[in-house]
Amino acid sequence: MLEITNLHASVGDRPILKGIDLSVQAGQVHAIMGPNGSGKSTLSYILAGREGYTITEGAVTLDGRDLLAQAPEERAASGVFLAFQYPVEIPGVSNATFLKAALNGVRRRRGEKELDAMEFLKLTRVKCRQLGMTDEMLKRAVNVGFSGGEKKRNEVLQMALLDPRLAVLDETDSGLDIDALRIVADGVNALRGPDRAMLVITHYQRLLSYIVPDRVHVLAHGRIQRSGGKELALELEARGYAEFGVDEAA
Amino acid sequence: MTAVSDTIDQVKGLTDQKYKYGFVTEIESETAPKGLNEDVVRFISARKAEPEWLLDWRLRAYRHWLTMVEPGWAKVSYPPIDYQDAFYYSAPKTKAGPKSLDEVDPELLRTYEKLGIPLKEQELLAGVEPRIAVDAVFDSVSVATTFKAKLEEKGIIFCPISEAVANHPDLVRRYLGSVVPYSDNFFATLNSAVFTDGSFVYIPKGVRCPMELSTYFRINAANTGQFERTLIIADDDSVVSYLEGCTAPKRDENQLHAAVVELVALDRAQIKYSTVQNWYPGDEQGRGGIYNFVTKRGACRGVASKISWTQVETGSAITWKYPSCILQGDDSVGEFYSVAITNHHQQADTGTKMIHIGRNTRSTIVSKGISAGQAQNTYRGQVKILPKATGARNHTQCDSLLIGDRCGAHTVPYIESRNRTARVEHEATTAKISEDQLFYCRQRGLSAEDAVSLIVNGFCKEVLKELPMEFAVEAQKLVGISLEGSVG
Repeated sequence: MLEITNLHASVGDRPILKGIDLSVQAGQVHAIMGPNGSGKSTLSYILAGREGYTITEGAVTLDGRDLLAQAPEERAASGVFLAFQYPVEIPGVSNATFLKAALNGVRRRRGEKELDAMEFLKLTRVKCRQLGMTDEMLKRAVNVGFSGGEKKRNEVLQMALLDPRLAVLDETDSGLDIDALRIVADGVNALRGPDRAMLVITHYQRLLSYIVPDRVHVLAHGRIQRSGGKELALELEARGYAEFGVDEAA
Repeated sequence: MTAVSDTIDQVKGLTDQKYKYGFVTEIESETAPKGLNEDVVRFISARKAEPEWLLDWRLRAYRHWLTMVEPGWAKVSYPPIDYQDAFYYSAPKTKAGPKSLDEVDPELLRTYEKLGIPLKEQELLAGVEPRIAVDAVFDSVSVATTFKAKLEEKGIIFCPISEAVANHPDLVRRYLGSVVPYSDNFFATLNSAVFTDGSFVYIPKGVRCPMELSTYFRINAANTGQFERTLIIADDDSVVSYLEGCTAPKRDENQLHAAVVELVALDRAQIKYSTVQNWYPGDEQGRGGIYNFVTKRGACRGVASKISWTQVETGSAITWKYPSCILQGDDSVGEFYSVAITNHHQQADTGTKMIHIGRNTRSTIVSKGISAGQAQNTYRGQVKILPKATGARNHTQCDSLLIGDRCGAHTVPYIESRNRTARVEHEATTAKISEDQLFYCRQRGLSAEDAVSLIVNGFCKEVLKELPMEFAVEAQKLVGISLEGSVG
C-alpha cells in the first residue's frame, strides 16, 4: 500500500535521507526505530508533505498514487494521517470545530457529502466510545492547556475520526508516563484494521510492548540499516544503537 | 455547534468572490451641485425642509470647519482630499418620501435583497417573530424603515433622523451635538454641516427593545461622500441593541465616509452598538476604496448606565475610528470590543477612548488587530481617569496577529490617571500565524485559506462572541473573505 523507493531528501544542502526503501502492506504495523538525528521525524514530515525538505531522488506512492506531488491537504484526503510528536495549539478554536472543518475538508476533496453538525456529533460519540474516551475534550480549544497525555489522546481521537489509510505516529510515546502510554496505545490498537497501515516511529522499545509491530526497521545515518520482526526491538533495547555506528552517550 | 464552526463552510461557498458587494445600482438620483459652500449646506437643509435652528447649527459647523485643518496624527497616509471635488448630497429620485414599503423603488429593494438585507417585512411577518428592524440608508437618504408600527406600540422611536427632526424636534434639539459637538473635530464638524440622514432611536423609560435595531448603509453614487448621523437615546432603565452594516460598490477612486454616531445612556440604561464594517477596501494594488473617517461616541450620563461598542472592521481603504465612552454617571460601564482586519494595502488606525469621570466607573477594552499583505494596523487608545473618578478601573487587552512579513501592527496606548485609587491595566501581545499551525491544519485536511480563516476566527473569538447572533455569522464569514490571498 505504501511504497517508498530509494528516497533521498535534504534540508538546504544537508542530506538527511540517503536512500530509503520501505514497503508497508494494508493491515500491517511497521515500527521505525533509530537514534536521535537519524532522520525519523524527517521521514514522517516528508510523508505528510511539510515544506522545507527537498526530495533529491526516489518516489513515494500510496495505493499506487504519487504522494510527493500532492499538497498536505490532498494527502490528508488520500488517507495520510500524521500523529504529531508535538501537537500544535490553536487558541480560541474548539476541537469540535477544528475536527468538523478537517473532516469536511477531506470529504469534500473525496467528493463525499459533508457532514452537518448533528451527523458529526453522532460520529464523534461513536468514536469516543470506541476509544473509551469522553467527548469532553471536543469542547476545549485545540490542544490549549492540554497535558502531554491529553495531547496524544487528542491525536488518537483525530485519527479515529479521519479514518486514515496510512497513520504515521511520530514519537507518540515521548513525554508520556506509563499510564498515559497505555491509554494512548490502547487507542491506537483499537484503530488497527485490515485496511489500514501504520508506521510507528520511536526511539525506545517500550511503546512497542503495547503496540506490537509486524516489522521493525532500524533507521540510522539516513538509511534503513536492518529490518526484522518484533524481536528486533527487544534486541535493540538490550544492545543500543552502537552497532550502527551511533554512540548514544556522546 | 459553535457559530465559528460554520465559518469554513461559508468561506468555501464564497471563494473566488472577493468583494461581492461591488455592484452598482442603476437608479436616478438627485444630487446637489458639486463642491462645498454655504449654498450647498442651505440646499441640503432646504431639501429636508429643516427648521431654522438646524440650518443655523449646520452653518455654524460649516464656518467653524473652514478654520480647521485635517488631523495628521493617525498612522495612515493618503493623498490630499479635494473637498470641492465631491458631491455632498445624492438621493434616489422619488416623488415624496415613501410612506410605506410599497412606495419604495423596486430597484432599491432589489439592491438590498442582493445585499441580504430583508426589507420586506410582510415576508418575515408571515413566518417567524421578527428579530431585527432595519433602517436602510442608500447614499444619503433613508429609504425604508421596517417594523415601525410594532416598535411604536412600546413607545420606541426608530426612524430616519430627518423624520425625527420633523416629528420629535424637542428630543433631537436636546441631544443632537450633545455628545459630539459640531466643533469636535475636522470630520465630525464637516458631518455636522452636511449630514444628510441616518437613524434616530429613542427608547422610553423602562423599555427593553424587543428586537435588534439595525441600519444598513450603502454608498452607491460615484464621487459622493456619505455623511450620516445617528443618534440613540436610551432613557432610564431601558435596554437596546443596535447593529450597523455597510457596503459600497467597487470604484477606482476613493470615496469619503464621515459619519457621526452619538449615544446617550441615562440612569441604568444599556446600549449595545455593533458594527460590521465592510466598505469596499480597494483592490489588491490599493486602488480605490472608502476613506472611513468616523466619530463615534457614547455618553454614560446616568448612574450605572452601560455602553458597549463591538466592531468588526474589515473593509475601507483607510479606517480612522475611535468609538468612545464618556463615563459620567457613577458606577457606569464602558466596553469596547474590536476586530480590525487589514489586508493588501489597507490602513487602519482604530481604537477607543474611555474617559472616567464618575466614581467607580469601569471600562474594558479588547482589541484584536490582524494584518496581512502590506497593510498597516494601529490600535490607538486613550484611558483617562479624571480626579473625581475614585475607584475607577480599566482593563485593556490588545492583541495583534501578523500574516506574512510585509505588514505592520502597532499599539499606541495613552494612559492618564489623575486619581490615586484608580486601577488601570494594559496588556498587549503580538504573534504570527506559525508554520506549525498552518501545517497542522493542512495535514488534517484544511486548505491553507481555510486554515488561516479558522486560526484568525479563533484569535478573534473573544470579540466575535460579543456580537448579536444575526451578525456573528456574517462577521466570521467576512474574516475569512478579507484574508483571501494572504497565504500561499
